[in-house]
Amino acid sequence: MLKLMIVDDSNIIRRKIERSADAARFDVVGMARNGAEAVAMLKRTDAEVVTMDLTMPEMDGIECVERITAIKPETRILVVSALSDVETGILALEKGARGFLCKPFSSEQLNDALGELVEGIDV
Amino acid sequence: MSEDTLKIFINGVLNYFQHTSDKDVKVGAPYLVENRDPTCFDYTGIIGVSGPYKGTVYFTAPKILLTHLLLSLGEQDTSNENIMDIVGEVANTISGNARSEFGQEFMISVPVMIEGDGSKIQLPEQLRSYVIPIYWKAYSAAVVICLENV
Repeated sequence: MLKLMIVDDSNIIRRKIERSADAARFDVVGMARNGAEAVAMLKRTDAEVVTMDLTMPEMDGIECVERITAIKPETRILVVSALSDVETGILALEKGARGFLCKPFSSEQLNDALGELVEGIDV
Repeated sequence: MSEDTLKIFINGVLNYFQHTSDKDVKVGAPYLVENRDPTCFDYTGIIGVSGPYKGTVYFTAPKILLTHLLLSLGEQDTSNENIMDIVGEVANTISGNARSEFGQEFMISVPVMIEGDGSKIQLPEQLRSYVIPIYWKAYSAAVVICLENV
């Protein structure tokens, strides 16, 4: 099982990802409402996989991706955001994210994206 | 505001509701309203916009529509907290999706959610807003766009 942390300011989205993520592959170890909470939670939970919203209060997702990548570069981060422009996707990848999923999304799309994200990791 | 600009937001509405269990959403013909008395249902999610456009985009809907929307997304908890959450998330998603056309300079704020009458919605009175009516299940809602070119 891979340790999954969900970062989103929307409780609805956090719970949707928690419900949708393939329970045979992912163990949800934490859910954070903003980037600052996520950075603190990363140290506690030792998450290996992160879903990351971008537009959040306190610390946005781009800064959080950068911070998590600096702390633990092997973390696989999937950005899950409504910001659908190409430039933002590229910026997130440059900062250390490894995938991008645009909101709104279906459970199938989420699991496809998570599957690609963790390809090659031995579970 | 051009017809093409309105279409960007209409497509955002259609895209959002097509990810629910009841995909049958209809969008009515957009119309212009004065800002003195903003269009408003029970709950409203407001997004501030800056960049080449400046102003406000908001999604407003009755409680019953939002309750059904939560259920259609698989969320059984239809508490007031989650109703407020979903109205903000819809506004955020429709506005954020518009960046696929406008690009990253179309800056959007985190959503502000309000419950109740439209007196808390502050729009410049010298401008008018476009209202995009939304019909989903048996309910009506709206996306309202008040943007000016900077």
